[in-house]
Amino acid sequence: MSAPEAGPRRVGAGRRLWRKPGAVVGAFLIVAFVALAVFAPAVAPYPPTKMDFRAVQQPPSAAHPFGTDDLGRDVLSRVAHGARISLQVGLIAVGIAAVVGTLMGLVAGLAGGWLDGLIMRTVDVMLAFPGILLALAVVAVLGPGLANMMIAVGVSAIPVYARTVRGTTLAVMELDYVTAARALGAGRVRVALRYVLPNVSAPIIVLATIGIATSILSAAGLSYLGLGAQPPTPEWGAMLSDSRAYLRTGWWMAVFPGLAIMIVVMAFNLLGDGLRDVLDPRTR
Amino acid sequence: MFPFLLRRLIAAVPVLFGVSLLAFSMTHLTPGDPVTIMLGERATAEDVTRLRTELGLDRPLPVQYGTFLVRALRGDLGTSLRSGQPVAREIADRVGATAALTFAAMGVAVVVGVLLGTLAAIQRSPLVDAIIMSVALVGISMPTFWSGLLLILLFALTLGWFPITASGGAGLVLPAVTLGLPAAAVLARLTRSALLEVLGQDFIRTAKSKGVAATGIVARHALRNALIPVVTIVGLQFGNLMAGSVIVESVFARAGIGRFAVNAIMARDLPQVQGIVLFAGVVYVGVNALVDLVYAAIDPRIGVK
Repeated sequence: MSAPEAGPRRVGAGRRLWRKPGAVVGAFLIVAFVALAVFAPAVAPYPPTKMDFRAVQQPPSAAHPFGTDDLGRDVLSRVAHGARISLQVGLIAVGIAAVVGTLMGLVAGLAGGWLDGLIMRTVDVMLAFPGILLALAVVAVLGPGLANMMIAVGVSAIPVYARTVRGTTLAVMELDYVTAARALGAGRVRVALRYVLPNVSAPIIVLATIGIATSILSAAGLSYLGLGAQPPTPEWGAMLSDSRAYLRTGWWMAVFPGLAIMIVVMAFNLLGDGLRDVLDPRTR
Repeated sequence: MFPFLLRRLIAAVPVLFGVSLLAFSMTHLTPGDPVTIMLGERATAEDVTRLRTELGLDRPLPVQYGTFLVRALRGDLGTSLRSGQPVAREIADRVGATAALTFAAMGVAVVVGVLLGTLAAIQRSPLVDAIIMSVALVGISMPTFWSGLLLILLFALTLGWFPITASGGAGLVLPAVTLGLPAAAVLARLTRSALLEVLGQDFIRTAKSKGVAATGIVARHALRNALIPVVTIVGLQFGNLMAGSVIVESVFARAGIGRFAVNAIMARDLPQVQGIVLFAGVVYVGVNALVDLVYAAIDPRIGVK
């Protein structure tokens, strides 16, 4: 457990992270990604859904650095605006998963008994559907679409937070100073806020960072399947799906959106790996 | 061993129960009236009533669930709305294609992953290690629906080495590589770290001092021990490969369960969706139980506790 030294250690964590080249590269790429998402309208030379039938399937050129798609839309502009959607999806899905998962884990760990059993059996059932399958099942219930896709990806990521937080909660409850606080009359809510939450923040930060990568990947996958963002939304997965029919004549339509997904996912994986090394005591 | 096996099987029962409950409740969790969704907005009131009675949706929920469960245990997953075929048979027709893809991808993942991971751990140049680990990072970060398209672009359209869609062995190569690469990357990382850990231990030094050749040490002593965690991850990756087949089957237009599931969701064919959810959950829970048993057989310490 990292619990007793959590305070002073955090100060050094940033400096140690700075010494990891992978994490630094990841962090810079993430800053660039967020900047691209925020300033997409300024970066994009054209509106993302503007069609130009005189410039259909143009290879990369000075006017269209990433080429144009089958409807004459500028691929660079669509990739830039796609960053907005991916950032949104990543943050919202991870937000849903982290908040709901943490609450479930806290309640299960603190309450114990039948409530713990019920929550953890629910988590077991969710884990019976690996990877994208649970998100797929949620989309099957809610129906396709961008908003439902975010919910689906978020829900499918809940189990890992619930399990981690519950485990940490149980461990923290055994610590002497927590036992002492409880003996002095601290209630469950106070124990949760004052002692458990600070101790689960490190693993949650690591999980959330890598979770953004996974969420963006799953969401793009659902959109690729036609179950997420609908046309003409400039979503990277949906763009790749559109490009399938034009692989032979327009490779650029398939290459650039995929490259964008890969770089962003890699950036969050790199930062997440670095954070894990620095914050997670088990791998230190 | 036997008590462990029994305990493991009993532990799977509540999960399977939950999976069946989830599959069952999908009909009722869907916003709006399921029958209207199935028939479309323009259905007449008589049609709606008739289908509702036909599906038993007018009966109390516990009765409906009981019927659903008893039928499912007998292998009856209901009838597809679109094709009128039994869902169980539709799944059975496609399970072969998905299983072939999953196992082929698993083969790719194990061979490539263990080889690269071993290479990264035993060679002396930090540059080679860095290159292999970078490749692994790219492999983990690359979406299969992109790597699949790139493989098609390169090996099918440009070089013409493999067909894009074909049944049989040749048509399986590109999909299996696409699906197997991310798992190979995970296994490469894991094999490397497991091997490095084992190579630092005392018995390896003993073997070295006895004069065992380096390859002999890696092959006979280190790899055997390093493979124990690798086997667990292979088991866990099996579920990811199963799930990943949904996307890869769509990329390569293969008629497997994954593409069947996507089409069922698009068409809002609830009996099909329910059947697939139930099937996927049961298979994965079964695979996980199997993996635990294999693990216990390899590592005798597991069964004892």
